[in-house]
Amino acid sequence: MNKVLVAGKINGTVLKSKDPINFLGTVDKKTGIISDKNHDLYDKSLKDSILVFPSGVGSSVGAYTIYSIKSNNAAPLAMICQKADLTVATGCALANIPLITISDEEFSSLENGMKILLDTENSNPIAHQ
Amino acid sequence: MELTREEESALKGEHGETMQMAYRILVATGEATDADKLIPIEWTHLSGVNYNTIGDAGEEFLSSVSKDARVKVQTTLNPMGFDIDNVSNYGLDENFISKQLSIKNSYETMGVTPSFSCIPYEIFDIPKDGTQVAFAESNAAIHANSYDNLKTNKESAFSALASALTGKSPYSSLRKEDTPNITINMKIKNPNELSYGMLGFFAGKVGDTSVNISGLSNMDNRQQKAMCGGMGTSGTCAKFIFGDGDSDCEKIDFDEKELQNVHDELNTAENGDIITLGSPQLGLEEITELTQKLKGRLFKKRCMVFTPRTVKVQMQKLGYTNELERAGCEILSDCCTCLTPLINKDNVDAVTTNSIKGAFYLKNSNKVDVNLKPISQIIEDETK
Repeated sequence: MNKVLVAGKINGTVLKSKDPINFLGTVDKKTGIISDKNHDLYDKSLKDSILVFPSGVGSSVGAYTIYSIKSNNAAPLAMICQKADLTVATGCALANIPLITISDEEFSSLENGMKILLDTENSNPIAHQ
Repeated sequence: MELTREEESALKGEHGETMQMAYRILVATGEATDADKLIPIEWTHLSGVNYNTIGDAGEEFLSSVSKDARVKVQTTLNPMGFDIDNVSNYGLDENFISKQLSIKNSYETMGVTPSFSCIPYEIFDIPKDGTQVAFAESNAAIHANSYDNLKTNKESAFSALASALTGKSPYSSLRKEDTPNITINMKIKNPNELSYGMLGFFAGKVGDTSVNISGLSNMDNRQQKAMCGGMGTSGTCAKFIFGDGDSDCEKIDFDEKELQNVHDELNTAENGDIITLGSPQLGLEEITELTQKLKGRLFKKRCMVFTPRTVKVQMQKLGYTNELERAGCEILSDCCTCLTPLINKDNVDAVTTNSIKGAFYLKNSNKVDVNLKPISQIIEDETK
């Protein structure tokens, strides 16, 4: 379902994960690099991406990790999820990172490396570049 | 989501920046969870206390917000990074200690009860059935919903803080009603707390916001806590409902094969250099039992025991502290295994624990190997 959790307008490149993300413990708060060897995005940096992933999981303290990576200039430009979870929603609200949820079909249609314009004011918030 | 005129004006910033931020968080949370309004809550439990997890960004944020933010309802607090009574034994640097004390000070300034515990359900009085609370500690939220007849969503550090500052939370999800679409059948024979921790970890992976769970025998306090801790680690699910559920529920068995899968994911060593007990922290009942089991025995390696400060005070009075220290235990209050800065991969390769929650974070955050054993086997193997 489409929802705007944190509003904004931004151009960027999709970094997509098929796995959910546990921000606490598996995302380095200085570099934004994923450290979980079993994770789809292992060793990749979230910095300046439009991060597309199913949802956040794990400890609620992960919201501070989102705030930290933003403070360290290592945060995604925006996040797009299939399902909204409280950790990601509040972390993005505080860090002012645009966040939307989209339908399963739209989620499947987004691929790594795609350039998109995210505009939460638009009824179709994702435009392909 | 519908807001009252008062809430709208706070969201516009007419009650100051702090309240504006608090309402922005509540609105984002409410939209995320399809809430239609905000409702009053009576107790909040905050996470985001340990400097090891919240870092400089968190410390600076709390320092700034505490200048004018004050909590409106009873608010308790998760563990921090160390026990001030014995921190000098653990080689933490001065920067860590001063930043952690700044965080402690910020929360106290805001009017928070400095409980530094992940088991508020064991050390505070439980309000009457059906009371709405806001717990950010995942094991505590699951315990509150499943065993204490309270109502909470699995809050984030920020949504719980926003609830503490406003006395409100979005009315959604587990605060209303919940009908799980999945039933897990526990098939493990003679389970111990480790099996229940792994069951919880499995449930968190397959469940959404709540799960039915069947096939459980009578569980003791330790096993209940282990199951809540395990589930809080692996997913978004925040409530066990005990029973078979509706007939149209998807049915999944938790059998030896599934147990082995979780074991293989989290158990990475045959032995540990040190032992940790607690994640969640041990309550007085578990401490009492541990004291009895360790009579006449001595740990062959270091064993860290994590407990809330209120329990530490009680166990001193009861003489348990002396007995456990004689058996080689290090008693630590105000902190816990989960995300501890006191275990460092520079001097520890592997940790033995009976905690699935502890294992997950030791492995992924402390980057040490983990050896999983139930408490009975830890005492058998590691003491003389």
